Amino acid sequence: GFSTYNGGGMNGKSTMMDFLEEPLPGVGTYEDFNTIDWVREKSRDRDRHREITNRSKESTWALLHSVSDAFSGWLLMLFIGLLAGSLAGLIDISAHWMTDLKEGVCLAGFWFNHEHCCWKSNTTFTDRDKCPEWKSWSQLILGYGEGAFAYILNYFMYVVWALMFSLLAVLLVKGFAPYACGSGIPEIKTILSGFIIRGYLGKWTLVIKTITLVLAVSSGLSLGKEGPLVHVACCCGNILCHLFTKYRKNEAKRREVLSAAAAAGVSVAFGAPIGGVLFSLEEVSYYFPLKTLWRSFFAALVAAFTLRSINPFGNSRLVLFYVEFHMPWHLLELVPFILLGIFGGLWGAFFIRSNIAWCRRRKTTRLGKYPVLEVFVVTAITAILAFPNEYTRMSTSELISELFNDCGILDSSKLCEYVNDFNSTKGDDLPDRAAGPGVYTAMWQLALALIMKVFITIFTFGMKVPSGLFIPSMAVGAIAGRLLGVAVEQLAFYHHDWAIFSGWCSQGADCITPGLYAMVGAAACLGGVTRMTVSLVVIMFELTGGLEYIVPLMAAAMTSKWVADAIGREGIYDAHIRLNGYPFLEAKEEFSHKTRAMDVMRPRKNDPPLTVITQDSMTVEDVETIVTKTTYSGYPVVVSRASQRLVGFVLRRDLIISIENARKKQDGIVSTSIICFTDYCPPLPPSSPSVLKLRSILDLSPFTVTDETPMEIVVDIFRKLGLRQCLVTHNGKLLGIITKKDVLKHIAQMANQDPESILFN
Amino acid sequence: LFPQAPTMFAQCSWNSVSPVVLLVLLGCLLCPPAQASKSSEDIRCKCICPPYRNISGHIYNKNVSQKDCNCLHVVEPMPVPGNDVEAYCLLCECKYEERSTTTIKVIIIIYLSVVGALLLYMAFLVLVDPLIRKPDPYTQPLHNEEESEDTRSLAAVPTPAGARANTVLERVEGAQQRWKRQVQEQRKTVFDRHKMLS
Repeated sequence: GFSTYNGGGMNGKSTMMDFLEEPLPGVGTYEDFNTIDWVREKSRDRDRHREITNRSKESTWALLHSVSDAFSGWLLMLFIGLLAGSLAGLIDISAHWMTDLKEGVCLAGFWFNHEHCCWKSNTTFTDRDKCPEWKSWSQLILGYGEGAFAYILNYFMYVVWALMFSLLAVLLVKGFAPYACGSGIPEIKTILSGFIIRGYLGKWTLVIKTITLVLAVSSGLSLGKEGPLVHVACCCGNILCHLFTKYRKNEAKRREVLSAAAAAGVSVAFGAPIGGVLFSLEEVSYYFPLKTLWRSFFAALVAAFTLRSINPFGNSRLVLFYVEFHMPWHLLELVPFILLGIFGGLWGAFFIRSNIAWCRRRKTTRLGKYPVLEVFVVTAITAILAFPNEYTRMSTSELISELFNDCGILDSSKLCEYVNDFNSTKGDDLPDRAAGPGVYTAMWQLALALIMKVFITIFTFGMKVPSGLFIPSMAVGAIAGRLLGVAVEQLAFYHHDWAIFSGWCSQGADCITPGLYAMVGAAACLGGVTRMTVSLVVIMFELTGGLEYIVPLMAAAMTSKWVADAIGREGIYDAHIRLNGYPFLEAKEEFSHKTRAMDVMRPRKNDPPLTVITQDSMTVEDVETIVTKTTYSGYPVVVSRASQRLVGFVLRRDLIISIENARKKQDGIVSTSIICFTDYCPPLPPSSPSVLKLRSILDLSPFTVTDETPMEIVVDIFRKLGLRQCLVTHNGKLLGIITKKDVLKHIAQMANQDPESILFN
Repeated sequence: LFPQAPTMFAQCSWNSVSPVVLLVLLGCLLCPPAQASKSSEDIRCKCICPPYRNISGHIYNKNVSQKDCNCLHVVEPMPVPGNDVEAYCLLCECKYEERSTTTIKVIIIIYLSVVGALLLYMAFLVLVDPLIRKPDPYTQPLHNEEESEDTRSLAAVPTPAGARANTVLERVEGAQQRWKRQVQEQRKTVFDRHKMLS
C-alpha cells in the first residue's frame, strides 16, 4: 500500500488533520547562511491563525487558547522591554564604574564611581569638586597626589588598566562568542531582510556581548555602546521568542519581534523611545508592517521605563548628556549651523572611505591574523595619547555632556572660565562675555582632541571587540560645534557693532549658546556617517526635551546628508554589508538598467541544462544522485523531461530530510522506489517497491516570470515579496531560474563592482 | 492539552531553561530598585549658592520631596534679610537628586562575579579540559565546508526521542561538545576565513 505522510501545512489541500500531525523535525527550517522564504513563512502563519480561529468556536479552552495567542505578542514585547532595560542599566552602571576605575578607587565602598563616592561628602563651596573619599592611584600607592612622580604613576596605572580591560574583552570574545565583536547593526540588517545566521542572536553571544561591551567602553577606546546595545536587545528578543510557539517556529514573525527589539535597544541607548522606533523603521528593518509600529513603541517605552527605574545616572535621566537649557537662537545663526552640516558630511564621507579601506586591509592581508595583538596595540596607542589631554582622558559620554552644557554661574570647568563682570549680572542670566585664559587653553586642547578622535576612530571601529560609532561621531561633531560656537560668541562680543550682530546681539545680551552649536555639530556628524534622517532629528530633540531646536538640527542633518551623499552613496552600515558580501537586497535604490530576465537567469547559454526532477518518474536513487552531485538549494519539479511543464519547486533540505526519514521509518522504501510528487500516483505492477509520496514538501505555487520580463520588474518582485528564487519560463515551458544571489551579482555587475564579492547563498 | 505539547517539551528543554534563568536574573535585578530607593540617605535636595556681596558661598543639603526642592525650603538659616531673599535665591541652583546605593552595589557585584566565572571557565577549558578528555576522534577530521554541510545540517536537527543520551552528565557533556563545535565554527568564520564581521 502507500503511506500518506504529511509534511505539515504546505499550501495546497491542507486539512484539519495536517495541523495536528507533527511535521518532520527539520522540514520547513533553514540551513545556516541561507535566506528564508518570506512568502512560505507568512502563509504558514496565516494557516496557523486560521486553524486557531476555526477551533476557537469549539470549546472554551480553544477560545482561551486563541485569546492567549493574540495576546502573546504583547506579552513578549513586555518581556523584551524589561530585559533590554535591565541589561542597559547593568551596562551603564558597570561601564561608569569601570571607567573611573582607571583613575582611582573609592574608599567608602569600592563599587562607587567618582560621582557617587563624592555624593555624601560635606564640602564647602570653594572646594566642592574635591572629596577625600576618592583616592587616585598615586594617592593610594604613594600617599600623595601631586608632583611629577605621582603623574607618571597615574599615567602608568591608566594605561595598564586600559590594556587589561581590552585584552580581557578580546580574549572573552575569541574564546566564547566570536560573533559578539563589531557593532552588530549591519548583520542585524541582513538578518531582518531574511538571512539566517545561527548563533548570532544566541544566549552566549548575549552574555559575552554585554560583558565585553562594558570592558571595551571602559578601556578608553574610541567607541560607543549604542550599536552593540541594539545587538543586545535583538538577542533578548530572539531568546525570549523561544517561549512562544507562534514566534519560535515562524521566521517571518520572529523578524517582526526583532524589529521591535531593535527599537527598544536604541530607546535605552538614548532615552528616546520615538527615536528608537523611527531608527528601527529607517535603518534596521526591512519589512515594517503597521502592527509592528505600535508594538515597537510599546517595547521601547517599557524598556525606557525599566531603565528609568534602575536610575543609572541619578535624577532619573536616561542618558549622561541630557540637555536642559532652552535658550532661543536667531535666524542668522543658521549660517554656522549649515557650515557644521557641511563639516559633518565631509567628515562622514572621509570616515566611511578610510574605515572601509582599513577593514578591507584587515580582511585580506596578514593584519587580520593577529586580532588580539591588534586590539592591544590600538588600546596602547589610544591610552598613551589620551592621558595627557584632559578632554580625551575623560570618557566620551562625559566629554559630550560637558560640551553640550551651557555655562552657568556655578560652572567651574575650564571651558566656562570667562571674564566675569559681576556688576552687570542680573540674577543667574549670564551675558556673552570675553573668553578668559581657561577658555583659550580649552580650545586648543579640544582641537587636539578632535584630531586624535578623527583618526583613532577609523582604526577602532571594526576591531574584534564590541564597538559602536554613535558616540565617537557625536563627540567629533560636538567638539567641532563647540569650537565654532565659542568663535562666533567671541566674534559677536568683540564686534557687536557690526551690521550682522547689531540687530539682535547688543552688548550685555546673552545671544550665542555654544552648547547648542555642539549639539548641532553632533547631529551633523552622526548624520553624515549613518545617513539617518528623521530618526536622527527625533533622537536629538528627545535628548534636548524641546522642540525649539528642531530647525537647526534639521538644517544641519539635511546639509550633512546631501554633502555626504554627493561624495559617496552608502552609509557606514551599508558599506560594511557590501564589504562582507552579505546578501542584502537594498530596498532604497532604483534599478535602472534595461536588462531582461533571460540575461540573468541560470543556466546561461553554454551551461548544462537546468537540473529538474520529474513528478513521478524518478527513483529515490536518481534523486539522491542529483542531490549529492549538485549544490543547489532547490529543484524545480516538472511533468516530464520532454514537456518541461512546471509543477512546483522543492527545497534541497526538505528532500534530504524526507528521503532519509523515509528510508529509516517507512517500510518498503528502497533505492528503486519511485518518488511521486502528485496526489494520484500512476499505478505500478504489484512486484515493484512501494511509492514514496513527497507531495507535502512540494511548493505548488512558485513564482514565475517570462524570459522577456525586464529586470527592473524582477528586482522589484524580489524586494517586495522577499523571494529567494524565481523560475523563468518561455512560452509556458520552464527555461531557467533566477536566485537572489544572481540578482545581487547582477546589480553589482551593473554598478561596476566586483560580482564575486557576494559570498553567501 | 494539545498534541504538540509532548514534542514541544521534548525539544525545548534546554532552550526554555535558559530564558527562565534569564528571567529569574531579571527579577533579581529589578528587586533591589524596588526596595532600596526608600533609603533616606539616598534622596536629597542640594542647593549651591555662590558668594553674594559679603556672604561666602555655601552648599545646603536637605531631605525634602521634589516639589519642595527650591531655595526657600532648603536654605536654612537664610543668610540675607527679607528683602534680599529673592535676589539671593535667584543665584542659587537647587537640584533634586536620587540614587540607590543598593542597586549599584548589587549590579557591580553581579557583574564582577559573572566576569570571574567566565575567566574561571576559560581557564578550565584551556588548562584542565585537554588533560581530562581524550581526543575525540569525531571532532578531529577537518570540516571541509562544502561536502559536509548537509550532514552537519542534518546533525543540527534535534535528535528523535529514541537516541537521547541517558544520564544528566552525558547530556551536559553532549551539550558542551556541541557548543564547543559551534564556537569553533564561529571562530573559523570570523577570525580565520573573515567571512563575517571583518
